Amino acid sequence: MSVPLSWNRYPRVAPSRVVDLVSRFDALPARRLNENLLPRGAGRSYGDVCLNAEGALLRTRALSKFIAFDPREGVLCCEAGATLGEILAFIVPRGWFLTVTPGTRFVTVGGAIANDVHGKNHHGVGSFGCHVRELELLRSDGERIVCGPELRADWFAATVGGLGLTGLITRATLKLAPVANSFMLVEGRRFSSLDAFWDLNARAEQDWPYTAAWIDCLAPGGRGLLLAARHAPSQESLPAHAERRRRFPVDPPFSLINAVSLRAFNAAYYRQPLGQRPQLTPYGRYLHTLDSIEDWNRIYGQAGFLQYQCVLPPAAAREGIADMLKIVARAGTGSFLAVLKNFGSRPSPGLLSFPRPGATLALDFPNLGQRTFKLLDELDAVTRAAGGALYPAKDARMSGEMFRFSFPRHPQFSAFVDPNFSSGFWRRVTER
Amino acid sequence: MAKILIFGATSAIASSAATLWVARGDSLFLVGRNPNKLQAILDDLRVRKVDEQIVEGAVADLDDFAQHGPLIALARETLGGLDVALIAQGSLPDQKACESSVEATLAEIRTNALGPIALLTLLAGEFERARSALGPEDEGGVIAVIGSVAGDRGRQSNYVYGAAKGMLATFLEGLRNRLAKVDVAVVTIKPGFVDTPMTASFDKKGPLWASSQTVAKGVVSAIERRRDVVYLPGFWRFIMFVIRHIPEFVFKRLSL
Repeated sequence: MSVPLSWNRYPRVAPSRVVDLVSRFDALPARRLNENLLPRGAGRSYGDVCLNAEGALLRTRALSKFIAFDPREGVLCCEAGATLGEILAFIVPRGWFLTVTPGTRFVTVGGAIANDVHGKNHHGVGSFGCHVRELELLRSDGERIVCGPELRADWFAATVGGLGLTGLITRATLKLAPVANSFMLVEGRRFSSLDAFWDLNARAEQDWPYTAAWIDCLAPGGRGLLLAARHAPSQESLPAHAERRRRFPVDPPFSLINAVSLRAFNAAYYRQPLGQRPQLTPYGRYLHTLDSIEDWNRIYGQAGFLQYQCVLPPAAAREGIADMLKIVARAGTGSFLAVLKNFGSRPSPGLLSFPRPGATLALDFPNLGQRTFKLLDELDAVTRAAGGALYPAKDARMSGEMFRFSFPRHPQFSAFVDPNFSSGFWRRVTER
Repeated sequence: MAKILIFGATSAIASSAATLWVARGDSLFLVGRNPNKLQAILDDLRVRKVDEQIVEGAVADLDDFAQHGPLIALARETLGGLDVALIAQGSLPDQKACESSVEATLAEIRTNALGPIALLTLLAGEFERARSALGPEDEGGVIAVIGSVAGDRGRQSNYVYGAAKGMLATFLEGLRNRLAKVDVAVVTIKPGFVDTPMTASFDKKGPLWASSQTVAKGVVSAIERRRDVVYLPGFWRFIMFVIRHIPEFVFKRLSL
């Protein structure tokens, strides 16, 4: 049996066994002696929140059925293993959209709740958990807890963003958002410095429900592109489009992302032609750009890569982000996906939810061993000084201290952890 | 819109095919053994259907042959006729356990060959009678069965399963011959390696493994096109051609 990896392909650790769950009505599989359990959706998180060395992984992908749909109110109840892509394929032709979708539609609903994921529209609508009406949690003692924002709200707050540790999420009820069609209007703007970004972004957030910026970390000053979008209103005619999906076919022995390839990519990406007016774009091309290249994570080679995503509070964001980009530029390893976005003020529902007011910066680095880990430690120092937080779903190395600093409500959370559930991440940040 | 009866409807391939059919507007009657899995699938299909489509089901253990007749009658009554029957039940035996147990071996033959053959015997009569009630220009129904590439040649690693699927394939060949004159299509589907809960114990990396959704698309299209024998995905036809033509004196020494 091949070892299930997380999306960044680091660390590589084997679970004691992998169990494919087949029915949401079934009890959890019988535990072996001293074995702990961890639900695993599509394995799209980075690091070890979806890994469980020496314990069992409960894969939920076969629990992907729809349970109920209200086409008038836009409410869908489905099993937790359904992917956002499967849901979109069903609801978009019926005039609805997921209120929040992260940068890939290949995550499961359970994973999206457990990591309380966010999208490019966070400044308007908050995190994924803000639109969950209800969910069912199956605990290892067999108890089923149905909870929501107003129903056993303490369990809901622990489970949203709860990293799969409070029990198995079997099903969830989601509030959807209406759309007229499957297209978005996308406007791209270049900026030549971080200062220019903040001004441009402040204005874009007023006008556009979706905004996110790509930053060229290799260029001094932080040039980049701000891509803002909204769902397209009804059109008289829609362009035909067929999604092309390509697969990254090999595991190169070393990372193909390096200073040279990155410099070339960034230069070309920055200079891509931008239309004068907003462009009608299929939603996937804007929201889930990398989904068109299957297995893109393999480009980093055998050693995998490390993501670094932090949020810095508004007051410290400008200075902190500038410092981080300087540190990254100095290290010279660059980052293929440098994404900068402002979170809005809508509170996230989870005790361990990552999104909070401020700016979030996501970076990724080929895993070059000690050198990379040292760089990330340097970035931690900036995050700490700014009073920020790190994102567990993107983390393979934060210290217990950094976790406690990022999530001051962790003591309340711990009380809800299922005694027989654990993960690589959880042991790392609580036992050290 | 077609009226479709599925046996073994909770199998990964059959439930994916049901999703495709319901999206096309067909009506379905699902027979499955596991009540929880069947309920989840029925709920899902009912979310996807429009009002005039019928989606119903019944829980049954198809190893109990006495239930076959009443199930077919119930499906015909519920749907108001039958256009397509898909037989998808099966189990993947533990070959090693079968080698030391007559009981286990015969139980697997019963589930994978005798059960489907019992059903086919009833369905053949059912579809033949239904056809005779139609006009000469109408098409008869389709009976489709999920077999396996394993039925094409006996191999030490799973010849109990292979023998059952082989018996089934030969039976279908004869049945196709018999029903051709009344224009009832008999479709033998031979999937290769499919990533389903039935194959949970295998390492599924590699180009030979297909998803149940991919195979389900092939099933739906083979039935639509009233094909005779289909390999899914199609490249298995070539692989099995080669495997069938290895001389026995060589084949018996291979560890396949």
